[in-house]
Amino acid sequence: MDDILLLEEVERYLRGEMSNEERILFETNRKNNAELDQLVVEHTYFLQGLETFGSIKTFKNSLTEVEAQLISEGIIGLSPLSGKAKIVYLWKKHKRNIAVAASIAGFISILASGLIVSFTSKMGNENYRVLVDQINKTNREVNKLKSIDAIEKSGTTKPEVDFRATGFLIDRKGYLITNAHVISRMKNIYIENRKGEFFKAEALYSDKEVDLAILKITDTAFKAVSSLPYSIKKENAELGEQFFTLGFPRNEIVYGEGYLSAESGSDGDSSAYQLNVSANPGNSGGPVINGKGEIIGIITAKDSKADGVVYAAKSRNIITLLDKLKKSDNQFQVIKIPNKTELKKLDRVHQVKKMEEYVFMVVGN
Amino acid sequence: MGYYFRHLRINNRIVDILEQEQILLKGLAGSDKNSIELIYRDNYSSIQSFVLNNNGSVDDARDIFQEAMIVLFENVGKDTFKLNCQIKTYLYSVCRRLWLKRLQQLGKYNFNLENLVDIVPVDAEIEDHEKRNDDFNLMENAMSKIGEPCKSLLDAYYLQKKNMQELALEFGYTNADNAKTQKYKCLLRLKKIFFAQYKYT
Repeated sequence: MDDILLLEEVERYLRGEMSNEERILFETNRKNNAELDQLVVEHTYFLQGLETFGSIKTFKNSLTEVEAQLISEGIIGLSPLSGKAKIVYLWKKHKRNIAVAASIAGFISILASGLIVSFTSKMGNENYRVLVDQINKTNREVNKLKSIDAIEKSGTTKPEVDFRATGFLIDRKGYLITNAHVISRMKNIYIENRKGEFFKAEALYSDKEVDLAILKITDTAFKAVSSLPYSIKKENAELGEQFFTLGFPRNEIVYGEGYLSAESGSDGDSSAYQLNVSANPGNSGGPVINGKGEIIGIITAKDSKADGVVYAAKSRNIITLLDKLKKSDNQFQVIKIPNKTELKKLDRVHQVKKMEEYVFMVVGN
Repeated sequence: MGYYFRHLRINNRIVDILEQEQILLKGLAGSDKNSIELIYRDNYSSIQSFVLNNNGSVDDARDIFQEAMIVLFENVGKDTFKLNCQIKTYLYSVCRRLWLKRLQQLGKYNFNLENLVDIVPVDAEIEDHEKRNDDFNLMENAMSKIGEPCKSLLDAYYLQKKNMQELALEFGYTNADNAKTQKYKCLLRLKKIFFAQYKYT
């Protein structure tokens, strides 16, 4: 305790917070007490070290952010191009768009009637289908029966739900990411965990442009989890990268796996990826996780005509969005997105086991 | 320089290159992302070509460029520092020396670095930077050892400069005094670990 008081005095002295008398007394003490003098010198040195450490750390963070952006723009990481190579590169770049354009010709709906919900997307592509599940009446009855047990235990009355999608935690205190198109059709939003417990949630922000929304569980019954085992990837994922997904196309969590098939989304949208994976209504808002346990994207939609063509918003959109929001709104500053993955060395079964606790059903009416 | 002209208008006046560079350096000193981005956009590709042409990879180039930016950052913070050349020239000199040094450490390059003539002299600054870098690593290491909530507490107080009231609220202490006591306890621990490793190096 004495050490602490002494340290406090030294800091007040160094910061010039002492009154004149206090300062004179302190300086006399310092002159007469070599130990105190040494402590002041040492502490000054230490605080300077800490200060430098802090400023370099801040600077490094800025560097990393700028770098991530330039990598995503392709300015960093491309070998300098010359003559012929450039033409090949341009062709490659446009081939993707040409392919997408060619596929717009016509479409076959693979969704059962009654499940199709129109959503005016930024794409203007009629094959672009968002993956929110509109639950029909029979389904609802079945769900009701299924969860009676759970309701009795949790004591929360089960809300009437019309829509179902997926969301996952980005902060242990109960902040989730899902799609903007998911919550745009809900008046009341609930989060349902695997035990069938419901928690009231509210949308803090939704961005139609990148199709992401931030939810907060407002229910007092929700207890913050201790930590999140996955990280959110800042950089772009690689073409061909393998991944797995978790989501709720049924009333039960469903696992899927696939690979990244193109570095841009529908109509060359550079904020999204094209994936080859099976996804169905209800998968919207689900995380796309690579082998290291990094979230690389968020499932948003599928091409209704092409088989296995699914679109996902890039994970860096979460980071950019939060950075932007933190600057303008204090309520977002408490959100700390996870930057460490604990899943790297686990096999897939264990990765999924760890992950599924943090992936929730987002339901609403 | 077209890029500069689009971005650096001050009071609707286009400023000349010298002035632009001063503004960029000032921004850099304050960790301003726009300034950092402009410097990156203007200089990174030539550094990457240099590294790629000299036995290095894109990742090496990224590392080297980051490090050079840190050297520049450390120096613009000093009152005594005055840049006598363009940022481009400075960064190139620093990167060149850093990269040749690394190649030499890897045994891929046989050349006495003492004979290397820089376009602008930067060897003293790089040496300085290496010392600081060691300190940085020691502090980072000590920080990682004190555990939570100490780490976040010290981070919030000494680095993010939040006041005690905010800290108490954020970390759930009942009052500012308790938060303060806890903060000093953490600081004592950090100091102990920091100076202990200092002795061994």
